[in-house]
Parts: sequence; structure tokens; C-alpha cells
Amino acid sequence: MDRRKSLKLIATGTLAVPAVIAGCKTDDKKTAAAVEPTFNLDRNPDELKYEKELLAKEKFFTDHEMATITLLADIIIPKDEISGSASEAKVPEFIEFIVKDMPSNQVPMRGGLRWLDMQCLKRYEKTFKDCSSQQQLELVDLIAYPEKAKKSKELTQGVAFFTLMRNLTATGFYTSAIGVKDIGYAGNQPTQWNGVPDDVLKQYNVAYTEKELKECVSFDKSS
Amino acid sequence: MGELQVKKQPKKYDVVIVGSGAGGGMAAYILANAGLKVCIIEAGYSYDPQKNITQLKNPWDSPRRGASTKIRPFGDFDACYGGWNLDGEPFTKAQGTDWDWWRARMLGGRTNHWGRISLRFGPKDFKRRSIDGLGDDWPIGYEDVKPYYDKIDQLIGVFGTNEGLENDPDGYFLPPPKPRLHELMLKKGAALTGVNVIPSRLSILTQTIKSTTERGACFFCGQCNRNCSMAKADFSSTNVLIYPAKKTGNLDIIPNAMAREVLTDKEGLATGVSYINKEDMMEYQVMGRTVILAASACESARLLLNSKSDRHPNGLANNSNVAGKYLHDSTGTDVGGVMPDLFGRKVYNEDGVGGAHIYSPWWLDNKKLDFPRGYHIEYFGGMTQPGYGFGGGIEGLNGKYAVNGKTKEAGGYGKSLKEDYRFFYGASVGMSGRGEAIPREDNYCEIDPNVVDKYGIPVLRFNVKWSEYEIKQAKHMKETFKEILHNMGAVVTWGGNDDEKNDYGISKPGQIIHEGGTVRMGNDPKRSVLNKWSQAHDCKNLFCVDGGQFVSQADKNITWTILALSMRASEYIVDEMKKQNL
Repeated sequence: MDRRKSLKLIATGTLAVPAVIAGCKTDDKKTAAAVEPTFNLDRNPDELKYEKELLAKEKFFTDHEMATITLLADIIIPKDEISGSASEAKVPEFIEFIVKDMPSNQVPMRGGLRWLDMQCLKRYEKTFKDCSSQQQLELVDLIAYPEKAKKSKELTQGVAFFTLMRNLTATGFYTSAIGVKDIGYAGNQPTQWNGVPDDVLKQYNVAYTEKELKECVSFDKSS
Repeated sequence: MGELQVKKQPKKYDVVIVGSGAGGGMAAYILANAGLKVCIIEAGYSYDPQKNITQLKNPWDSPRRGASTKIRPFGDFDACYGGWNLDGEPFTKAQGTDWDWWRARMLGGRTNHWGRISLRFGPKDFKRRSIDGLGDDWPIGYEDVKPYYDKIDQLIGVFGTNEGLENDPDGYFLPPPKPRLHELMLKKGAALTGVNVIPSRLSILTQTIKSTTERGACFFCGQCNRNCSMAKADFSSTNVLIYPAKKTGNLDIIPNAMAREVLTDKEGLATGVSYINKEDMMEYQVMGRTVILAASACESARLLLNSKSDRHPNGLANNSNVAGKYLHDSTGTDVGGVMPDLFGRKVYNEDGVGGAHIYSPWWLDNKKLDFPRGYHIEYFGGMTQPGYGFGGGIEGLNGKYAVNGKTKEAGGYGKSLKEDYRFFYGASVGMSGRGEAIPREDNYCEIDPNVVDKYGIPVLRFNVKWSEYEIKQAKHMKETFKEILHNMGAVVTWGGNDDEKNDYGISKPGQIIHEGGTVRMGNDPKRSVLNKWSQAHDCKNLFCVDGGQFVSQADKNITWTILALSMRASEYIVDEMKKQNL
């Protein structure tokens, strides 16, 4: 394939990096399960080995844990008028991946989930997942506000867990297509940087100097 | 492994180069274009920016959303393979000393991901001893290097502005990009402290250049650390030097080749390089009339020290006993915060070029300060692409600052929390200092007598400490940065609490990845390894063109000077070969 054309295809995401897929049979249905994983970004041989090992690992979280993670993620990032929910952005799947990639998260997550279930069992005689939404929120309210929760010492571990869960959920959500659109990040595409928009300069009462306007690269705004 | 035997590459080269970063790439480019037969051996993987692509990928194209791994410590989209610790390639440190060693292991080395900060040294930077009595003067001055700076400005391309500053010389600059919003605010804040802020000087093509039709202009994605696969608009050794040099037909590249030692003959002259092929684990030799080391300052020193022979019992070209000594890095500290004025800001694409559009060259007179050398300031902030870690620590912000007029309890969840993430996005701001350290004889790397890597090559043992000079400089950085942030109405959220107890948060030696000084040049063969042409005093057909040759490294990132000196040495080699001196 012509390099320019293949570059274009890679740029638009319609073609995986050729080196990665070279040599794997995709036409044989019987071996479909064993098809090599492909990556839409450069992977060197050491990385390919590492990524394949990660993908071959068994699920870390149990079904029960995943269901709890999904509920919590959607409590932290629910659907609203601007964007979808954490689970729509596949945040639970991201969390499952990241605890394998960064094993230091495994114990805090597993232990935190069990902490949550034990609290719920004591209070409501059910695990978090089986509590009513009202009960779930009651419990979350106890651990979602670190400053407020400082008063009751028996909640500090729960607060630490919820903070971790909130951070992982936020990272998973705002690095998804849904989340990037929500936050409004407008880059990662070819453009011409012409400086701060005029209305924004005015809003903040700043301006380019004569020197800057003269020496900086500028592009015809009408084009 | 079967029987161990050494295989000789049949082709004899004019020049064998160890390493393919800025120094090795430039040497290959000049020498191959001069018609010489050149072979590069590179310890890492082959890499072609036109095929190995991370540019313009979305955060979700990385399953870990751009987080770092052991293999890509600067993040999953970063273009540099390598690490602070490499499997099977240990190094050691003398007790009570520090050295963090970054080793790129790929074609093009660290030029594939560097910050593109391209600063000429000024006249004072070559003559520091004459000014403050510390360290040593270079055997050359700005006037010797200026013609090469001029050439690489035009060959490679760099944007910036001619400011007429005495020690930050003018050059051939492309127009810089206009400052971003937080950069305009930083400029105001810095002015109140008397800090001069000028356009950055980065080797990024804001316009196409005359020297090549192969490279396009920057399209402002802000991803220079991923290497510009799409337009080749930033400088990397691969895009700009090595692949173009290959087109001459005069350059061969052997990747996955870990140099073991420089071979010499009975007269003590270099005859080639022996290496291990990391794929088949076999031993090879590649022969050349001249050998150029460009393996990085510490790897080049290691090679010399490991190349012992009857004629060079103390290591190759080391009669001076200076190889490995005067090892130094830039100093560094950082402070960051948030800019409440920017909360709830209008969102638009401000990717710009990779890195800041402004910087501050050193602006003070050290004679009036309690530390001898200066630093420059790099700035950051704004509406960057979300990546791993995005939104972390929101509980430290949303209880402290009213969100759209509403006071909230720190932490939280739900629709209200989503509002908070939007509100605080793009309000971060901060800065880093990069300063000049004093190269000292007692800061060095040497061969560890007890340890080898998995190839059986003796490894380096480091012995480096900062002195009071560097720590006082770090203190000055911290005070300055906090003042600038305060002046502009920002609130410090990290890096503000460092004090004398932790040496003001100064980076560990090596962490800024500007290693230099281990194979330094000088006029006195007793006090230097190389002469002023980057040529070994004790071995005339051996050169070193990486950071190793630096007598001192100013507060200027060293790549532009590595390129200039490598070009200078390469032209000298061509000339000497014509005269049959080599």
C-alpha cells in the first residue's frame, strides 16, 4: 500500500498499525478466539508481550464486585443533560483493566468493596448491590465527603475507598469519547493556532502586544 | 546458545557510529551525505515514525488512557522506548549518592520525544571559569560554534525571536506561535517579579523551510512528545537525519546491537566496535576507519572504560583518567497551582505546539546572588488532552472554591460532581526551572568491579551529589515561582512546601535527563579526554559527539549544542580524511 494512503487510514483509525496485524490469520473461524490482539497505537515488541499477557489474564473482579463497581461508577458519574453515564462510557471495564495493569490498586479496590458490603450488611442486612437506591445513597453520603466524614472515625477507610473509586471513575469517564466531548476538549486534530479568541482576550482584559502581533505566526481568519 | 564465536561483518566502513540520537544522527547525516560509508549500531529497537505511530490518537486508544508503564515511563503515547530501569541492564550507585539514569533504547534515542527546546549557548556559557572561577572554560568559544548553530537553525528549523540578548544569542528563527491565555497571565505575573518572558525557542516548523521538501508545517496538536509522524514538523533524529541519510545509500543501521567495546590495533588506533546482537545473543564485530561514540554521555564513558588494551590499559583514550568524571545534569524544581480566574472558562482548542509558547531565559546577575549559575523557566498549564489521572483530587478543589456561585462540600458525586469537573478544567498552571550545575571531578561514573549486565558487560557505578550551589539555586527557583504564581492570582497546589529539609525539592541528579561531561573536551590532554574537535587526545580516529564532550552545559537544554558540535566534528572528519590524516 502507498505509504501516504496507509498513513491517512491510520490517522482516521480505519486501519490498525500494520506491524501488529501482520501475519495473523483472521479468515479461519476456528482460530478466531486466538486471533492476535491489535492495538491502535505503536507497540514495541516488549509492549506487545506485556499487553498480551495482560489480556490473557483472568478477570480480576467477581461478578458481584463488578456489579457493585458499576453501581458506584454510575452514582459518581450519572447521565445528565450534557452526557451519558460512567457505565455507558465503559468505566467499569476500564477499572477492571487498570487494576491488572497497576496491581497496587487491587487490594484497595477489593478490600474497599468488601468494606462497603459489610457496612451495608450491618445497617441494612443486605450487600450494597442489593440495597435500595435510597439506602445506597445514604451509605455513599457517609463516605463521599472527606471533610464532613472526618468527624466519625469509623468511616475513614470508606472515605479512602470512595476517593479512589471517584478518581478512577473520573479518569475512565473523561478519557472516553463521551467524557472528552463532555469536558469540551477541542484539540487532537489538525488546526491553525491563531492565538486566544478575541472574545476571550476581552473577557480577561488581556491583549497581545504590538511585538507579538508582528512577530508571531498568524493565519488568515477568513480562510 | 551453541558454541560462542565472534562474527565479523564483512563490510568495512569509513565510519562506525555507536548510537543514533542527536549526536549520532547528525554525524550519520553529514558523513553519509559526504559520500562516506557509515554504519550505525543502536542498542534499541528499530523505529520508523512513519509506521510506529501514537500521534493524533485519542485517550481511549490506550487501554490505560495514556498512563505510564515500565516500558513507556513518560506515558503510553510517548514516542520514546526506554526507561529508568531496564531489564537485564543494571547499574549501581555509591552509598549516599544519587543518579537516576534514563536510557533510551530505540533508533533516534530520546530525540523522538524530547521537549524540542533548542537554545544556543551564549558567549559566557563557554567561559564560566573566567567569570566565576568555578569549573573550567571550554577550549572553544561561541564564535567557534556559531556557524554551526546558524547551519542547524536553517537545516532543521527552530522558531523563536531575535531579542538581542547578550548570552541568549539571536539565530535564524521561524515565527513563534502566539501565547496561550494562561501564558499571557504568566507573562504579567512574571513581569511584576522582574522576570523577562520571551517566545520559546523550539525546533518545530511553524512554517515549511527551504532546506527540505520532505517536511510539512506544524498543525498544532501539541503532541511533539509523540514525535510528528504526520508532518515531520518537529525535530527528531529519525525523521530529520537518519531516514534522510539512509536515502544516500551510504548508511547501514544495525538495531538491537549493544556495544561491548571499541576495538583497537597494536598502535592503539580504533578499528571498529564489538557488539552483542540482542536478538540472537551472538557476538559481532563491525570494522571502520573511524569510530564515533554517540551512545549518551554515560554509555560512551562506559564504553571507553570497558575498552582496555595494552596500549590503553586504563580504558580507551583515558590516559588522563578523566573518562567518567565531571558528570552533571541540569538542576530542576517545579511549582504548580490553579488559576481561579480561569475556573469556568470558555473551552476551545489551545493545543498549540508541543510545549510552552513562552519561556524565561536567565535574567539575573549571579555576582549579586549566593549561587554561581543561572536557570531558565519553562511554563505549562491550560486545556490539555484528558489522560490518565484526569479529575484526580477534585475533593481538594470543589470544597474550597464556589462552583458557578455555589459553595459545596468537598468531594461528592453525581450531576453536581460532573459540573465541578467541567468548572475546574483548564485552570491549572505551573512552571519548572532548569539550571546549570557546576561540573566537578568528584561527581563521576566508573566501572563497578563486581557487576555485569546480562550481556556480560561491566556496568556503571555512579557517584554524584549536588553541592550547596545547586541547592541554593533550587531555593531561588522555588521563591521565584511562588511569587510569580501569587502575582498572577494563582493558588499554589503542589511543590510549594519544599524547604531546606528536602533541599527545596531539587530533582535528583540525572532526573532532568541532560547528562553531560563524562568525556569532556579540553586543550590539556592531562585534564580532558577529547580535543576541541571532539577527537580523543590519545586515539586520533576516535570521536565522541554526544553530551559526554560538554565541559559545562549552561542552563540551556543541550540538544542544540550536541547537534552543532556533532556537525562540526563530522565536517572535521571529512576534512581530515581528505587530507589523509584519518
